[in-house]
Amino acid sequence: MLLIRCPWCGPRDETEFHYGGAAHVAYPSDPAALSDEEWGRYLFVRENLKGPFAERWCHTAGCRRWFNAVRDTLTNEILRVYRIGEPA
Amino acid sequence: MTEDLPEHPDFLWRNPEPKRHYDVVIVGGGGHGLATAYYLARNHGITNVAVLERGWLAGGNMARNTTIIRSNYLWEASAGIYEHALKLWEGLAEDLDYPILFSQRGVLNLAHSQQDVREGARRVHANRLSGVDAHWLDPGQVKEVCPIVNISPDVRYPVLGATYQPRAGIAKHDYVAWGFARAADALGVDLIQHCEVTGIDVHDGRVTGLRTTRGPIGAGKVALSAAGHSSVLARMVGLDLPVQSHPLQALVSELLEPVHPTVVMSNAVHVYVSQAHKGELVMGAGIDAYNSYSQRGALRVIERQMSAALELFPVFARAHVLRTWGGIVDVTPDASAIVGLTPIDGLYVNCGWGTGGFKATPGVGWCYAHTVAHDEPHPLNAPFRLDRFSTGALIDEHGAAAVAH
Amino acid sequence: MSGDGLRHATEGRIDRGTVLRFRFDGTAYSGHPGDTLASALLANGVRRIGTSVRLGRPRGVMSAGSEEPTGVVQLEAPFPDPMRPATMVELHDGLVASSLSGRGRLADRPDPARYDAVHAHCDMLVVGAGPAGLAAASLAVRSGARVILADERPEVGGASPDTEGDDWFDRAGARVLTRTTVFGYYDDNYLVAVERRTDHLGAAAPGNLARERIWRIRAGQVVLATGAHERPIAFAGNDLPGVMLADSARTYLHRYGVLVGRRAVVFTINDSGYRVVADLAAAGVEIAALVDPREATGGTVGGQVGGRYGGHVVVAAHGDDAHGHDVLSTVDIEPVGGGPTVRVDADALLVSGGWSPVLHLYSQSGGRLRYDEVVGAFLPDGCRQAVTVAGAARGLTSTTACLVDGVDAARQALTALGITPVDWSPPSVGAGAEGPPPATAAPGGVPDLRFVPAEDYSTHFVDFQRDVTVADVLRATGAGLRSVEHVKRYTTAGTAHDQGKTSGLLTSAVVGQALDAGIAELGHTTFRPPYTPVSFAALAGRDRGQLYDPVRVTAIHDWHVRHGARFEDVGQWRRSWYYPAEGEGLAEAVRRECVAARTGVAFMDASTLGKIEVQGPDAGRFLDRLYTNVMSTLAVGAIRYGVMCGLDGMVFDDGTVARLAPDRFLLTTTTGNAGPVLDWMEEWLQTEWPDLAAWCTSVTDQWATVAVVGPRSRDVLARLAPGLAVDAATFPFMTWRDTVVAGLPARVCRISFSGELAYEVNVAWWHGLALWEAVYEAGAPYGITPYGTETMHVLRAEKGYPIVGQDTDGTVTPQDLGMAWVVSKKKADFIGKRSFARSDTARPDRKHLVGLLPEDPTLLLPEGVHVVDPACLAGGRLPEPPVPMLGHVTSSYRSAALDRTFALALVAGGRDRIGDRLYAPLDDGRLVPVTVAGPVLYDPEGARRDG
Repeated sequence: MLLIRCPWCGPRDETEFHYGGAAHVAYPSDPAALSDEEWGRYLFVRENLKGPFAERWCHTAGCRRWFNAVRDTLTNEILRVYRIGEPA
Repeated sequence: MTEDLPEHPDFLWRNPEPKRHYDVVIVGGGGHGLATAYYLARNHGITNVAVLERGWLAGGNMARNTTIIRSNYLWEASAGIYEHALKLWEGLAEDLDYPILFSQRGVLNLAHSQQDVREGARRVHANRLSGVDAHWLDPGQVKEVCPIVNISPDVRYPVLGATYQPRAGIAKHDYVAWGFARAADALGVDLIQHCEVTGIDVHDGRVTGLRTTRGPIGAGKVALSAAGHSSVLARMVGLDLPVQSHPLQALVSELLEPVHPTVVMSNAVHVYVSQAHKGELVMGAGIDAYNSYSQRGALRVIERQMSAALELFPVFARAHVLRTWGGIVDVTPDASAIVGLTPIDGLYVNCGWGTGGFKATPGVGWCYAHTVAHDEPHPLNAPFRLDRFSTGALIDEHGAAAVAH
Repeated sequence: MSGDGLRHATEGRIDRGTVLRFRFDGTAYSGHPGDTLASALLANGVRRIGTSVRLGRPRGVMSAGSEEPTGVVQLEAPFPDPMRPATMVELHDGLVASSLSGRGRLADRPDPARYDAVHAHCDMLVVGAGPAGLAAASLAVRSGARVILADERPEVGGASPDTEGDDWFDRAGARVLTRTTVFGYYDDNYLVAVERRTDHLGAAAPGNLARERIWRIRAGQVVLATGAHERPIAFAGNDLPGVMLADSARTYLHRYGVLVGRRAVVFTINDSGYRVVADLAAAGVEIAALVDPREATGGTVGGQVGGRYGGHVVVAAHGDDAHGHDVLSTVDIEPVGGGPTVRVDADALLVSGGWSPVLHLYSQSGGRLRYDEVVGAFLPDGCRQAVTVAGAARGLTSTTACLVDGVDAARQALTALGITPVDWSPPSVGAGAEGPPPATAAPGGVPDLRFVPAEDYSTHFVDFQRDVTVADVLRATGAGLRSVEHVKRYTTAGTAHDQGKTSGLLTSAVVGQALDAGIAELGHTTFRPPYTPVSFAALAGRDRGQLYDPVRVTAIHDWHVRHGARFEDVGQWRRSWYYPAEGEGLAEAVRRECVAARTGVAFMDASTLGKIEVQGPDAGRFLDRLYTNVMSTLAVGAIRYGVMCGLDGMVFDDGTVARLAPDRFLLTTTTGNAGPVLDWMEEWLQTEWPDLAAWCTSVTDQWATVAVVGPRSRDVLARLAPGLAVDAATFPFMTWRDTVVAGLPARVCRISFSGELAYEVNVAWWHGLALWEAVYEAGAPYGITPYGTETMHVLRAEKGYPIVGQDTDGTVTPQDLGMAWVVSKKKADFIGKRSFARSDTARPDRKHLVGLLPEDPTLLLPEGVHVVDPACLAGGRLPEPPVPMLGHVTSSYRSAALDRTFALALVAGGRDRIGDRLYAPLDDGRLVPVTVAGPVLYDPEGARRDG
């Protein structure tokens, strides 16, 4: 049971959050300009790092805000959290 | 039904030093890697083969799964490869000369809503046309197959029926892995343990060898078969795979007198449970939502699963959990595997089996060996190509496993 | 063995004045409050209490704690409970237990007990209330910290019977949880414990009290004072009842007043065996022999010892003809390295192979372990979580050392918490004592003796519960196995209910010796939760039955119940499925309901539909990006149907969008998707388009919705809403009006999911029932008929309207549904658009939603049935599998309006097959001919929507 520090609400149990996978994957500015392969990469390929991993969480049972976290996927230790729009 | 397990043979495998070069190096000494090595040697006569394992053989998901074997998947492509596997399972003890304890005690997939009923019926009809034995059972028939299932209409999500595959069942995972390992070893395959791959050498678009913690090893072909760690390996050659690694937990009870004659799975409430040969209840839980390589999950996933399990099986209330554990499942966007060629010559990939890896073991070993030997996919794994994520020709099996991917 | 004289006259903390009756294997016995089942059986002279699972050998009690490998019983009364260590079962009056052969038995009736869970937070969680734990907790309490102290035993004081008094511990200052096993150590100092609250009370247990309670504890700092387990030594017959771990004999004496035998041999490789000799001798037990492989049998031994065997080992334990072969009678002793055998009579053989710190929780927490050659066991070696190990759990042996260490651990933990520790030490130590003494070995060092060399290792037991011997372990290494994990799996050592608490290190040692490798190099098998077995029911807790998942019902639900509705679960909602009249089944009721909607008027509770309000100046732009069609051009007062796709272009949800104001939209979603759609919208707004000024709010539970459907619906509405112009010209299709209906403020939407003239009347949730009853009353003259989800499905299917999730499965595009018209060609982009152009998604022969008409108009195709091309048939029969499939039936109904059966199906290239004959193979082997039709089978011109 992770203890996640929502940047708006403070530390809360993992059960209050929804996981959103890899962070910093921007919607392409012009999808029509992408090849099928490039579009397929955007749709389906995400980093699957073993170690520090920038990811998204949403505090669904709290403030309902999305934010980013860097978590070590080997130890589950959350190294930092930061708001959407803040630098990684 | 409970029984003493048969003894393992007096000899299993050599512990050789790695050679400098092999025709084929398989990365990952799990069930799939070992089966691939075996079929490479047996079906294709390719025996200058090494299986590299960073830990101990079959110590990953092969040692952690709940051993359910079935082939009643929805889509033709999935039913094809899993049914091929099931047919191999049926002859595997003899083929490997190893008592793998494949017990065809049937699998029930319960339906708890009208929507589940429709999906179950759809799967039964599709399975039959695919040559998979499949039946739809009403609640009374469910009770006949598994008398301890609570079919009362008064529970929160009552049992409205089930699909039933009589040929499905369970096997003993270590016996399976060791059966393949021993047979591969006997055919000349080198099983190299405690040998972690640290790099993959590629020259002019073709793989030439591996760097490992036990020194460099040359290879004509390299077949990745590393389940949850596939992304880490593929990244060594700049290949990004559409897989995400998640914890999947399971647990086991103490030995109990026989109560549960079959395998019961429930999609809606995330439970799958059987009673293994010696008498322990083996139960799988849902996937933890976040990516992790930690081989541990949150207890809440198990607590939730227990609540659901006791709804279905009130008699389990006083059973005790002896041990919980976690594996790392590699999940793809369509919940189907990736088996086939890569953009790099001589490099092959087999991953993304999610929760289906164990039951596919002989089938995927067979097809993957074919793919490596002929440098082209076997017809049964051709649909599981990597480029389907560009074309959109997905094989969406999200309804296939008792867990939400 | 007779039980006479095995109860000591004064020792122990039992209540001799009270007698408890219990039965074991059909025989009546008695014991006292304070006893465990194990101590009571030993006091009654019962030695054999089970049979081993594989070899059928006799099994007795080996220990006095939760590490018990052999003394495992089946409880029969008050309620069947399988595989319980007798050492942990507190005796109560009326207890009935029986012996086992390695397998427990579940009850054949439901467990009446309740289970519960509680969350707790603390500055410091101390696990283990022995000397180290008590000292740690005491300092923390005195320093003002919030402390939880948990221990698996019924009272604090720890496993060791060496109580030196703990009056200095202020129970009231901490939350003290006895009978509470901390069994799991998870991420971020989240620990889980189970508290056993009623078992020890037997039939006197109050019914309102949860039998077991799970504690979910988030701790700032954790002090693990979890003690140590004594290890057995492997020699021939070391599993015989009567062979016990040495220190447990002291526990039975000092805690329970029970003598484990009258004539004992003590076999020890460390000094702790000497205090056993001293205490037992003082209590009147004859010590027949003291065996120690060390040359000098060091230490002072009080009392008489029959023979001192320095430099000797026990090579075998036997039964005999006189006493039976299922209990210990004689012990064979030989010099180390071989020599003449001395045979000694004994009824107890007390073995100490050294002590293993209990580091299960520490290892679960992510802590590393290192093998310590001096202690001869694994010790803690660093952890990233906020945890400190104290006392015997890190290899300390004396009580004083443990007390000092507990204080020291607490000091560290408090400092890390930012709490200043007070200057305090337990009185027996003295204030201001400096750090703990180092872990010390016995004088002369602990010999590395794990198993006694022999020719035949077939009864040198390593794992007593799984019947694993040294011979089995050697066979595993001989087979080529090099990893302790492989050996565990090959032999099953360590897989029983005790999870190898006493056998783990022994197994590793045998492997190490066989492979000429050190234990340090081999490592240990992984420690996993739970520390001791936990009942399924405890983990399930309260979340069972109706509490498993909330049941959501509408404001009108009670009316549906009163009127005999049958219900179906849709997500968490309980929706009316159909309303059978007297003697009707599903088919008859649905037919009647459908006829009412098509020819008169019917009404339905549509309150479960998801409703989301979107506000803000950019709301229209936002919706344009989410829906496949354009929403920003919608006029205020108008309503538009819309489809949302996922990024992959597959239909995700559908519903209507009403524009309430230039900057206000009200969306409906499918019942099951209300939550996911809101989440989806917020995710895009917050993570991709934070520049858009738009905000979303769920209003599902704010609006109750009654759909009034059928040619007479206008008449009903006119009666209820005299202020509303209901004629088609003034109140056209796909518009909404705010008005008053039945005296209630209402929003009426002219939308239809049936093709008939219809109105959806929305009022505040708490007015839902009033509205419904008013509609029922106003419609009575027209024979208004309530209908449920099944009739809704039939009506919409006759019109070819798909149900997301039934006619789609995540692999279906809007174009596949024949709804290319809902996909904007003008918009530059929207979610999913790019995916439509992928090669597979753009294929013309994808599966299309079409109608299917069985050639026999009375034949109802089962939903889920597949269809095949006649071209694949051979001689009118299906070919061998795999049979190529064209698609499957997604919806199938009997239609009163069409006077026949019909179905919707997803069929490959379906729109190009309209008019073709296909075949549907049924369960009974029949091949049923069906004709492909367009999806809209009723009123394709749409003539009926204006009434």
